[in-house]
Amino acid sequence: MNKSLWLCRVTLTIIVAMCLRIAPWSHTLELYNPDWVLLVLMYWSAALPERIGIFSAWTYGILTDVLTGQLFGQHALAYSLVIYACLKLHKRLRQYTLLQQVLFVFFGLLLAQLIFFFIKNLQHLAQFNSDFWLPVMTGTVCWPLIYIVLRSIRIPNNVK
Amino acid sequence: MSLSYLVDPLKYIVDLPSAIINHASESLGSYASLVSENASLRDEQLVRQTQLLKLDALEKENVRLRALLENSFKLGEQVLIAELLSINTAPYEHILVVNKGTNFGVHEQQPVLDANGVVGQVFRALPLTSEIMLITDPNHAIPVQINRNGLLTIAVGSGQLNQLNLPFLPSNADIRPGDLLITSGLGGTFPQGYPVAVVDEFTSQPNKPFANITATPKSLLDRNRELMIVWSHSSPVPLISKPNAAAEPMTSPSPVPTPAPANE
Repeated sequence: MNKSLWLCRVTLTIIVAMCLRIAPWSHTLELYNPDWVLLVLMYWSAALPERIGIFSAWTYGILTDVLTGQLFGQHALAYSLVIYACLKLHKRLRQYTLLQQVLFVFFGLLLAQLIFFFIKNLQHLAQFNSDFWLPVMTGTVCWPLIYIVLRSIRIPNNVK
Repeated sequence: MSLSYLVDPLKYIVDLPSAIINHASESLGSYASLVSENASLRDEQLVRQTQLLKLDALEKENVRLRALLENSFKLGEQVLIAELLSINTAPYEHILVVNKGTNFGVHEQQPVLDANGVVGQVFRALPLTSEIMLITDPNHAIPVQINRNGLLTIAVGSGQLNQLNLPFLPSNADIRPGDLLITSGLGGTFPQGYPVAVVDEFTSQPNKPFANITATPKSLLDRNRELMIVWSHSSPVPLISKPNAAAEPMTSPSPVPTPAPANE
């Protein structure tokens, strides 16, 4: 894949993920809204580890902070750490079956959510309720869908 | 923040579908319903206009009387109508995003109203959009006054869109269900005298120092599309006493002031 092509595809998918992040869900659904940007970043960092690294994760994290109006830098921190783990394990991740990937993604999302919880705790805003962890579960459930969609974007004419 | 130029267009993109639906339902509205709406709006305007006539005279009188009391009186406010973007940045927080930002002169801590009462205040002003914290956000508190007797207190957000808490009133406070709470103007963020909420429950707790009081916000917090961002003039009408009168206060009777033009 040449340079402009992959850059265009990665950027477009992340823009879609950011739109999903701020989409107006109903009040009950918004509790389940997973961290789409992180899921898409995890896919791209495992698929193109030489292109999507910690710096891109940090940049998109900063943009997500600005988009959602959270404490500046919290998404950047969480995304960099999770993407670091993805980069370290990307060779293994490629060998995994979809089910094993789901388990890995679960721990990645959980790590990010733990960092958010930690930062909220530092601001004295944290309330320990189980709803806070729902996005981790929905994100895990959504992973196969994201994997299949992004794979078909990365390899458009995948003839088997 | 210049980074927001990169991501703010996304907010408009996400808002697009609901904006299109709104526009379509407006343009496809039947002739009859539009006529009836127009008629009712006309009637309402007539009623308001007559009330305004009276208000104008009262305001002038108020300026005069306050000036006699050597008190300052704030001029009327300037408003900007902002439209809501239907996006949702973070769960658990009562924050709205509107389509006017620092490009329109919006700044942080500006009060935001709707036709029925206080909505909240500008929490973060970005160039193209700004975020508004509702009065029901758990992190928000607004200084209020009971309209009936002038009792001052603070209304704190409860985290539910239809409820405010008044946690700092003693059990023997003179307050009862149905009392209107208005902004007291203390703290300087909100101009004085706008309706905030109506008290709907008052229960004294015998073993605690403070009573348990809840109120319902007057403004339609979750059913609005247009909000008003308010500039209240920070410089009050000049006092009647001359600058040299400060050196020798309370000696000479103040001359009758020229009432400042109370524009809207």
